[in-house]
Amino acid sequence: MTTIDLRGVSCPTNFVKAKLALEELETGDRVEILLDDGEAVKNVPRSLKGEGHKLLGLRETAEGHYLLEVEKGEE
Amino acid sequence: MAEPGEKPSIDLNNLKAGGFIKERGKDLFTIRLRVPGGRMAIPRLKKIAQVAEKYGGEFIHLSVRQSMELININFRHFDAVVEELGEADQKVASCGARVRVPVACGGCEYNPNGLVDTQKSALEVDQKLFGTPTGHHKFKVAFAGCPFDCPKSATNDVGFQGALLPRLDKDACISCGLCAKNCAPGAITMGKDKKPLFKDDPCIWCGDCVKVCPTGAWEAKQTGYNVRIGGKWGRNPLVGSLFATLLPQEEAVEFIAQVLAWYQEKAGGQGRIRLGDIIIQEGPQLLLAHLREKFPHSVVTETIPPQVIDTQIGSRKIKP
Repeated sequence: MTTIDLRGVSCPTNFVKAKLALEELETGDRVEILLDDGEAVKNVPRSLKGEGHKLLGLRETAEGHYLLEVEKGEE
Repeated sequence: MAEPGEKPSIDLNNLKAGGFIKERGKDLFTIRLRVPGGRMAIPRLKKIAQVAEKYGGEFIHLSVRQSMELININFRHFDAVVEELGEADQKVASCGARVRVPVACGGCEYNPNGLVDTQKSALEVDQKLFGTPTGHHKFKVAFAGCPFDCPKSATNDVGFQGALLPRLDKDACISCGLCAKNCAPGAITMGKDKKPLFKDDPCIWCGDCVKVCPTGAWEAKQTGYNVRIGGKWGRNPLVGSLFATLLPQEEAVEFIAQVLAWYQEKAGGQGRIRLGDIIIQEGPQLLLAHLREKFPHSVVTETIPPQVIDTQIGSRKIKP
C-alpha cells in the first residue's frame, strides 16, 4: 500500500496534500497516511471523512506518529 | 437631504428602540445597525457602503457585538439614512434598557465544528424579542454552536452553547480508535475488547467523536443548547452559571422570554440593575424553579449564582 508521509506538515497544508494525493487514485484504492500526533491526527481524518473518503483504521507507530488507513471515496 | 440650518423634521418613531448614539462632536451621531448573528447579505453590505459614503464619516466601525456602526451622521439626516437603508431591508439596532441584537457564531451550515443552527436561533430571537424594553437594564443574548464557545456565551444575560450527547452502537464500531484519539477531554478510551469506553463525567459534549467516526457507530443521542444565565461584562463583570442542558433549539426564544419575565418581576422597583445581580440577590433556586415549570427536561437540578471576577476594580454594590 502507498504511504503518504505528512509528518512535519502543519494544518491545513497536510490535509490539502492528502487531498491532492488522493486525487491521483481511483475510487476504492487504499492508502496509508503518516501523520504527526496532536492537531494533525485530530483534524486530517475528520476532514477526509467530510470529503467523502472512507476511514479504515488508525494505528500508532513505534516512533509516536500515526498511520491512518483511508479508502478513496467517490469522485 | 436637509441642509444645515434648516429646521430638522425627524420621525421620532425611528428613535424608539435606540441605536442612535450621540458622538462627541456637535450634531453628530453613530447609527448602530441591526445585524443579528453577524450575517450580512452582500446586497445589504453594498447599500450600507453607499449610505455611509453619502451621509457618514470616512469609515464604518465594526462593533464587538457584530454590528456595523455608521459614524459621524448628522441628526438632520436620520430619516434619510433610515429610509435609504430600508431599501435593502437594513434596520437600525437598539441600545439602552432593551433586548439587544443577538450575537452568534457562523453556526453549523458551513462550519465543521457547529452542532446547532445558531444563525437560525439568532434570527428567531431578533424577530420575536428585539428591542423589548426590560424596564431595568440592557439584556444580551448570544448563541455559540459548540463548546469552543467563540461568542463567550457566559458573558451574556442569557448565553446558549451548542452541545451533543453521543451514543455508541458497538456493533457498527470497527475499533479504529479515532474517537479516543480525537477526544480532547479524555472521555473516550479504548477498552480491552478494542471498543471505545465512554465516561460521562469529563465529556464536554463537543461531538468530535461523532464527527470523526468512520462508520457512524458514534451518533448523536441528543443535541441542543447548554444555557448559562446572568453573565455580564463591563463594570463589575459576572460569569453566567449553568441553568439548562440540551435545551431543544426550537425552545430558545420561549426560554429567553421566561427569563425576561422573571427578571422584570424580580427587578421591580430597583431601577437600573442587571439580571445577574438580581439572581445574586434572589438566589438561583427561584429562577431554576420558575424555568423548571416550562422546561422540566432541560433545567438542571441545582446551580450556583453568577460568579464574580475577583480581580475587578472597586467593590461591588451587590455582594454575592
